[in-house]
Amino acid sequence: MGTLWFCLVAIMLTVYVLLDGFDLGAGAIHLLVAKTDEERVQVLASIGPVWDGNEVWLIAAAGTLYFAFPALYASGFSGFYLPLMIVLWLLILRGISISFRNEVISKVWNPFWDFLLCASSLLLAVFFGAALANVVRGVPLDASGYFFEPLWTDFRLGEQTGILDWYTILISVLSLLALAMHGALWVQMKTEGPVNHRSAKIAVNTWWGILILTAAVTVITFKIQPQVKENFVTWPWGFIFPLLAVAGIAGVRFEMVKHDERKAFFASCAYLTGMLASVVFGLYPLVLPARNPVYSLTVASAKAGDYGLKIGAMWWTIAILLAAGYFTYVYRSFTGKVAVGKDQSYH
Amino acid sequence: MIGAVAAILQLFPTGDAQGKLIADHQPVTLAAMEGLFETQSGAPIVVIGQPDVQKRRLDNPLEIPRMLSFLTYKQWKADVRGLDAFPQDQWPDMIPLLYYSYHVMVGLGTILIAVMVLAALMLWRRKLYDSRVMLWALMLCVPLPYIANTAGWMTAELGRQPWLIYGLMRTAQGVSPRVGPGNAWFTLIGFMGLYTVLGILWLFLVYREIEHGPEPDESLPAESAVAAATD
Repeated sequence: MGTLWFCLVAIMLTVYVLLDGFDLGAGAIHLLVAKTDEERVQVLASIGPVWDGNEVWLIAAAGTLYFAFPALYASGFSGFYLPLMIVLWLLILRGISISFRNEVISKVWNPFWDFLLCASSLLLAVFFGAALANVVRGVPLDASGYFFEPLWTDFRLGEQTGILDWYTILISVLSLLALAMHGALWVQMKTEGPVNHRSAKIAVNTWWGILILTAAVTVITFKIQPQVKENFVTWPWGFIFPLLAVAGIAGVRFEMVKHDERKAFFASCAYLTGMLASVVFGLYPLVLPARNPVYSLTVASAKAGDYGLKIGAMWWTIAILLAAGYFTYVYRSFTGKVAVGKDQSYH
Repeated sequence: MIGAVAAILQLFPTGDAQGKLIADHQPVTLAAMEGLFETQSGAPIVVIGQPDVQKRRLDNPLEIPRMLSFLTYKQWKADVRGLDAFPQDQWPDMIPLLYYSYHVMVGLGTILIAVMVLAALMLWRRKLYDSRVMLWALMLCVPLPYIANTAGWMTAELGRQPWLIYGLMRTAQGVSPRVGPGNAWFTLIGFMGLYTVLGILWLFLVYREIEHGPEPDESLPAESAVAAATD
């Protein structure tokens, strides 16, 4: 039952990254791809009907985490207190910059919110990368099951780590590039004209960085977290996940050359899924590794009672069917390119 | 009309049912909310009065006799447990604040019911739009539901103290042991700043909207044309 919930939480987080990933990425490249006011409205319209729905997946994932692994939730939410609050602020700022931007037409007002959207989206992509890297690297848990990480200490992988060190920063950069590409492919798929061309250019440019960083990060991660190596040796079938990532990143290039915008975006989805699944597969059964492996939180030590998990699995199934149905409906009614100038409301 | 119906529905059945639930599950909270220090049969309901927790009494009370017993148990003489029926370490921590937020909520709720019923009557008699006083009163009522909501929320949160999970886990046991006060201050101040900015933005946009005024009524083309011409 614990393993099932481990997979369910991982799936929900992956869906979150795929969905909110593209609108975060679109926000992060906003200033680069859209120069005029009309073009910026165009980018916003491409994520307008879906961005807030996408963010609900984060809340839902955190909710299931709380439900299924209360010990992890208690430990993680107090240990990552500062970054979580900052992420919350960034999400708020991002939300209001999308909603407030078009309330007033002015030469100060609109560019200010555009800048804020870009900055907050960019920082969120960085923070999410750092969060993932912290979980992979391990945190300074002790016998009490708690820890607290400041934003940074000495940037080294010692005993008292901070949120940011050279490893987590490296992954943050990869996360930013990957989501920027993901967002660029989305914007490319949803727009026409100059925005479309500039997005394609960004996707091509970030692609090389992602390729190099992915290779580097993979090697380093195998060194830093011994559990990853152990799992891939014990269960070699797990290599399908990294393979999926490789196929995805290759597919992005391939489809870009063929100018198939839809398939390029889906290839990027495959890449992100492959990467995240590899991490999750590599960490199992750890849910939060400690710097000192004795204190690591595992599925068995962090999970809630089996009875609750069983009932929860039932309700989860019903809820996810509803959510899946609704999301299918929303995305279906939002297919195709967004029109320019015709409909400027994007709430 | 809808306002009047909604305002009354809040009192009964929903408000009434909430009160009974609290009496059943959190009797000490009920006692603190009502400022009832002593257990008594035929307990009165307090309209105005200031709780003095040290002396365990209510100063300057203005009460309706036996009303609390009736509202809670539907019997004029029913026993209602006061704060003295519970050990002091189980009392809510901030009894005066709890008492006042509850009374602000109920007081505003009552005022809103009165205003809405009156307005509905006047609408029915077709006098509403000619009455300057009533229109002013309605406009001044706009912030009241927000205040009442917040006060109600404070009642719920203060009322459940000192428990995080009622009867099982105290608030003090739920504190994150590794988060230092300095970091908590940082985020508290951050949130205060963020909300201040949001509040100012909101006021700015609402002001703009009011300044802009409603769209001209299309059913009166002649009049608006005249107005436009004279402008």
